[in-house]
Amino acid sequence: MATPNTPLWEVFIRSRNGLAHKHVGSLHASDTTMALQAARDIYTRRGEGLSIWVVPSTAITASDPAEKGMMFEPAESKIYRHPTFYEVPEEVGHM
Amino acid sequence: MYTQALNTAETDDRGLEDAVKAAQFQARIDAEERIEPNDWMPAAYRKTLTRQISQHAHSEIVGMLPEGNWITRAPSLRRKAALLAKVQDECGHGLYLYAAAETLGTSREELVDAMLAGKAKYSSIFNYPTLTWADIGTIGWLVDGAAIMNQIPLCRCSYGPYARAMIRVCKEESFHQRQGYEIMLTLCRGSDEQKAMAQDALNRWWWPVLMMFGPPDATSQHSDTSTKWKIKRFSNDELRQKFVDATVPQAQYLGLEIPDRGMTQDAEGHWCYSEIDWTEFKQVLAGNGPCNRDRMAARRKSHDEGAWVREAAAAYAAKRAQRQTAQAAE
Repeated sequence: MATPNTPLWEVFIRSRNGLAHKHVGSLHASDTTMALQAARDIYTRRGEGLSIWVVPSTAITASDPAEKGMMFEPAESKIYRHPTFYEVPEEVGHM
Repeated sequence: MYTQALNTAETDDRGLEDAVKAAQFQARIDAEERIEPNDWMPAAYRKTLTRQISQHAHSEIVGMLPEGNWITRAPSLRRKAALLAKVQDECGHGLYLYAAAETLGTSREELVDAMLAGKAKYSSIFNYPTLTWADIGTIGWLVDGAAIMNQIPLCRCSYGPYARAMIRVCKEESFHQRQGYEIMLTLCRGSDEQKAMAQDALNRWWWPVLMMFGPPDATSQHSDTSTKWKIKRFSNDELRQKFVDATVPQAQYLGLEIPDRGMTQDAEGHWCYSEIDWTEFKQVLAGNGPCNRDRMAARRKSHDEGAWVREAAAAYAAKRAQRQTAQAAE
């Protein structure tokens, strides 16, 4: 019997409470239970985390790097979205 | 190093590709930008990296065998726990690296199959036997020491996923080298027999470890493009020299003699070593080292004997998915 390739999962770990889960890498597993166990063995051998998320890689929709201009350039010209765009006299103090 | 079988020149098919894209790609590399999986890249860059990262992964996995040989015979519980953790790390390193290689578009199954079929290589060093407990100390001290020397610059490799995997690997590798040196130190402070065992291991491993850095710069065929693409930051000979300079004082501290009587220090403090026997290196790469057949047989056996586990896990996942679909339909 030809076994299909084992599905790929993306692994996210919260290193300590108060911090967001962060992408740490990927792994192969047949189902969610095995994916979680493998994530623990592969990515938390030295106390790197308190919580793990595993997400099927196929569930992720990514933006196309070739379109990064169209996606992100509009924000680059909008410098008025940053606080330093506005002038506040020094006498007024920190704002 | 772990990818030293990259000895054939890459065919240059960039003529077929968009020259403008290739120029933009090189400009990004020159600007120290990282390349990410979905970015455009020259086919030869993808091919070189797939080979390099997968060879590195195979090396980590095959590298578990010489050390695994001593887990049941470690001299104390402390040593046994450390060796188990180290071998488990090597497995983890293999898995990070397979994942990084896969981002270039070849599945892990295909990469592993290529290795099992003998089409993909792994580092020559793992084709040497671990005859005594001192070999475990020497592997940690020298083999992992050489690996660290090679892998630290790879943390700045132009390909993002490879560089990130290397950062994790380097963090963990440091424990490997220190535990190896501690084993050597304990043996060298022990009985005469123990010290002799340490010296014997050093005698056998020294030259194969120097070969890990790959052929001398004058004959290395793949370095030019790899350097241009910032996959490789230092040449084989540069890294080898760094390693020798770092290792000589460590051996002196242990009271061991490096099996190279002609060694001298030059005006800048670099240790000059004798000519390396590249015939031996070529023989080992060609499959004629002391343990090549054993290593391949062990990998194939393990893969074959694990087949039922992969099949069962896949069947179970399929059954559960089917049940869920059926329940959703009710």
